[in-house]
Amino acid sequence: MYDFSFVKPGTVADAVTALASEDAQALGGGQTLIPTMKQRLASPAKLVSLTGIADMQGVSQSGGVLSIGGATTHAAVSAQAGGFAGLAALAGGIGDPAVRNRGTIGGSLANNDPAACYPSAALATGATIVTNTREIAADDFFQGLFETALDEGEIITAVHMPIPEASNYQKFEQPASRFALVGVFVAKYASGVRVAVTGASEGGVFRWSEAEAALGANFSPDAVSGLSVAPGDMIEDLHGSKAYRAHLVKVMTSRAVAAAG
Amino acid sequence: MTKLSMTVNGKPVSGNVEGRTLLVDFLRQDLHLTGTHVGCDTSQCGACTVHVNGVAVKSCTMLAAEADGADVATIEGQANADGSLNVIQQAFQDHHGLQCGFCTPGMVMATADLLKNNPTPNEADVRHHLDGNICRCTGYHNIVKAVLAASGQDVDAVAAE
Repeated sequence: MYDFSFVKPGTVADAVTALASEDAQALGGGQTLIPTMKQRLASPAKLVSLTGIADMQGVSQSGGVLSIGGATTHAAVSAQAGGFAGLAALAGGIGDPAVRNRGTIGGSLANNDPAACYPSAALATGATIVTNTREIAADDFFQGLFETALDEGEIITAVHMPIPEASNYQKFEQPASRFALVGVFVAKYASGVRVAVTGASEGGVFRWSEAEAALGANFSPDAVSGLSVAPGDMIEDLHGSKAYRAHLVKVMTSRAVAAAG
Repeated sequence: MTKLSMTVNGKPVSGNVEGRTLLVDFLRQDLHLTGTHVGCDTSQCGACTVHVNGVAVKSCTMLAAEADGADVATIEGQANADGSLNVIQQAFQDHHGLQCGFCTPGMVMATADLLKNNPTPNEADVRHHLDGNICRCTGYHNIVKAVLAASGQDVDAVAAE
């Protein structure tokens, strides 16, 4: 890892100022960024830690919406998101306990790893990503592998998720990395069902609209049995072929619906 | 260089570190607390697990500067005040929860983290909680037994696999 300067501001405003300098990079829990820097795949001149900003910590619930501070750890979400059981379970299954004690929701969403868990929950709930300058709808936020709508130096300060009537996340783990080989988040609302898939596509997290329509008419595991996912856009690597991942999307969706009840 | 101070195993310490200095390197190289091991250096294996402000973290994937002002606990601080092994360490010895011992500091720290939040875990809880701690010797079975024994539970109930 190349050396860098380190600052840990206590407010969002100070963090924004610190990030304005050249080659500055925001640091959440560092569970992806630090390994990336060790491999010299990233070499920022300055790291701006967001973990000391009290305003970006914690989980609260108001009017059917769960609000999560951008620097809230996975462990905290798992413990505090009791009003949204599907999300608490997702957070409690990311990585391992020590990783969950450091990794943050804002860091995960900003990184937009195609195999990360949180993007599926954000997209399936139609979350609002709140930054220091604006609010971004989840449908506009994710823009492909490791690409988001965030501008340089923009910080995710909070995430607002409408709490579904029923929800569940099913992850088929890649056994070595424990990232999602395929993960599916199903969220049922009075207005309809949203299904978001992570781990599978070369385009990153995506909504499976055919399943959403079918589940909107009949919220049961059988509703997706006649559907299929086109394998063309799926990721193919030594862990699974395109067809394998496409098939898993359907299986995981069906399991998530069954578990959501 | 960044000046930092923290409490490690109850004692105040301070130092000057580069921004890139990892917590594990500060512990091992500056404080000479070499009980915390670096196994993989990629946050997979958990041999470097320590507690920061009461929760388990992988010290190879946390900057030392992030622990400025924190309360850090390492394997060196786990023994009883009279120097004897604590309950968890003794259980690992009694149940052969180690062979080469390289992963053991991390296993003990992860176990302490588990038992603090879940004093009587079942076998599935233990295996889930030790998901991020890799042992290449034991096959885990005796580690799970040791953790259950450390929690005061009957380990004979754990079926051999």
